[in-house]
Amino acid sequence: MSDQRPVILEVENLTKHFPIHGGLLGRQVGAVRAVDGVSFTLAEGDTLGLVGETGCGKSTVGRTILRLYEPTSGRVIYRGTNLFDLSAGEMRSMRRELQMIFQDPYASLNPRMTAGEIIEEPMIIHSLGSRSVRTEKVLELVGEVGLAPDHLDRYPHEFSGGQRQRIGIARALAVEPRLIVADEPVSALDVSIQAQVINLLSDLKKSRRLTYIFIAHDLSVVEHVSDRVAVMYLGRIVELASSEELYGNPLHPYTKALLAAVPVPDPRVRPERTLLRGEVPSPLDPTSGCVFASRCPIAQGDCATTPPRLEEALPGHQVACRYLQLSRERMPFVRRG
Amino acid sequence: MNPGGVLLEVKHLRTCFWSAEGEGQAVDDVSFTIQVGEVLGMVGESGCGKSVTSLSIMRLIPEPPGKIAGGEILFDGRDLLRLSAEEMRRVRGRQISMIFQEPMTSLNPVFTVGYQIMEGYMLHTGATRGQALDRALELMKLVGIPSPERRVDDYPHQFSGGMRQRIMIAMALSCDPRLVIADEPTTALDVTIQAQILELMNRLRTQLGMAILLITHDLAVIAETAHRVVVMYAGKIVEEAAVEDLFHSPLHPYTQGLMGSIPRLVRRGDRLVSIDGMVPSPFRLPAGCRFFNRCKRRMERCERSMPPFFEVPPGSGHRAACFLHEGAAT
Repeated sequence: MSDQRPVILEVENLTKHFPIHGGLLGRQVGAVRAVDGVSFTLAEGDTLGLVGETGCGKSTVGRTILRLYEPTSGRVIYRGTNLFDLSAGEMRSMRRELQMIFQDPYASLNPRMTAGEIIEEPMIIHSLGSRSVRTEKVLELVGEVGLAPDHLDRYPHEFSGGQRQRIGIARALAVEPRLIVADEPVSALDVSIQAQVINLLSDLKKSRRLTYIFIAHDLSVVEHVSDRVAVMYLGRIVELASSEELYGNPLHPYTKALLAAVPVPDPRVRPERTLLRGEVPSPLDPTSGCVFASRCPIAQGDCATTPPRLEEALPGHQVACRYLQLSRERMPFVRRG
Repeated sequence: MNPGGVLLEVKHLRTCFWSAEGEGQAVDDVSFTIQVGEVLGMVGESGCGKSVTSLSIMRLIPEPPGKIAGGEILFDGRDLLRLSAEEMRRVRGRQISMIFQEPMTSLNPVFTVGYQIMEGYMLHTGATRGQALDRALELMKLVGIPSPERRVDDYPHQFSGGMRQRIMIAMALSCDPRLVIADEPTTALDVTIQAQILELMNRLRTQLGMAILLITHDLAVIAETAHRVVVMYAGKIVEEAAVEDLFHSPLHPYTQGLMGSIPRLVRRGDRLVSIDGMVPSPFRLPAGCRFFNRCKRRMERCERSMPPFFEVPPGSGHRAACFLHEGAAT
């Protein structure tokens, strides 16, 4: 279904290294390779889920696309324009179409501004509408995200976590963006409130024809909201497929292990699972081979030295592993729950 | 697993807190039991009183502003609320110990992990330093820390989050407690590390036979680990059941709502069953059912009167505090 729709965003070889300075002269002594050659395309109206564990680089991808971090290399083509070629001023006006929703609704709202001022601010920055037009717009937005008009004069601390996230969403919508990067938008919320916000985001997607990049560590949430899902590990995408395909027929050993680790909300299923041993290695000492080789249950001798490429294994299903046959034989995947 | 006898019995526990807004009921008339060797899951959202319940059992409620206002906590038949501070210190850490959510803030950064495991053991058993060191090494091995001899003199910051949680577990187990209270033990961890820690806790429980009170907001973790479950809402238990019964036939509308909120149980693209509204403030609790304002099946009487527990079917041990089940229970 995503095939017929126009591509809104093309990310090519996106790389972001954070320099580490040390020593007496503060010279660069190394780099954290947070994102290392990430590529994907996003069709208009689709939701791409980015999943992975702490430190896999998923948030850095989102932030670098919007140039909240300056990229190390790569290209991000948004509707024909490479965002990385834009001047700071041009990028600022481009952000009208590209907005972000943050994880922590406590830290991302200015505590000294009322909800109304917070929602209005992006319109002032982008010089949209007269004062009265803006005020009307704010009222409209507040209703759209499920808050009441009398909430407008309150300050962030007077709201619950879920309500704050609604304010953050209204703020992002104020400039009528086409693409929203949502970085862990529901992780800080209780499960019943999480469901409210997920439902709100899907309603908005339909009514405003939005495109989302949805970043989260919760695999079930990502499955629920995404059309396509990319799994990241140590700065790389290791697998990318439609949501049905990725969760029903994962091919990469890491994706299989990750899905198997998710607890199943059904007491009849108390699964025997292959536990991944060890923990994610440091992004400081990059390997020349496959990033997952050190923890992979089926790693072969040359995995540590020869990097796999992210290639199409099945139509629309990309995976970065050179031993797919072995993965099928030795790590059969059974979906549970 | 072969539970035998009641280990802990909490009866009509009430714990309140004072603030500028007045007196807040954090835990209100909560009763439950834990059998020897059993895993009791306690589930609920932020502010439902699950952590206050566990701190009350440990008598770690800061007074003021908090106060255990009533009830009994019978551990092995002894009421913990009547013990002197000195007697309670001998229970805490020795017979009942605790594992917290955030191992970085609950480990002391200026002492080695080895010392922190040894400290409680020496205090409670009068062991010498040498004996305690042996015990620490044994425990570190038990919880799966590679080469304990090399790591015993390391400091908490030298360990990853998962390894720190293993250290916390080693500390909690040092005196062979009969009950371990685990408060969101895996919430701060990544899913592959969470799977490792849950597996470790299950293995240790079978090996050592302690009972566990597992407090979490994550129903899936409960489904995989607990034998029985209590669901809390706004300071009260609203439902209690064996884990299979709870997941197959949840009785309370709140429990049903929680289940509907789990994306995994709902088809992709379908709307999640959200529970509208918010938990009431502990300072402005309604007179009747605390779930009244959010309940999709509320009735007129729910607003005024607090529903008692109804057992469905009678004798099953599956009880819910909801008038919808009044008929089925008699």
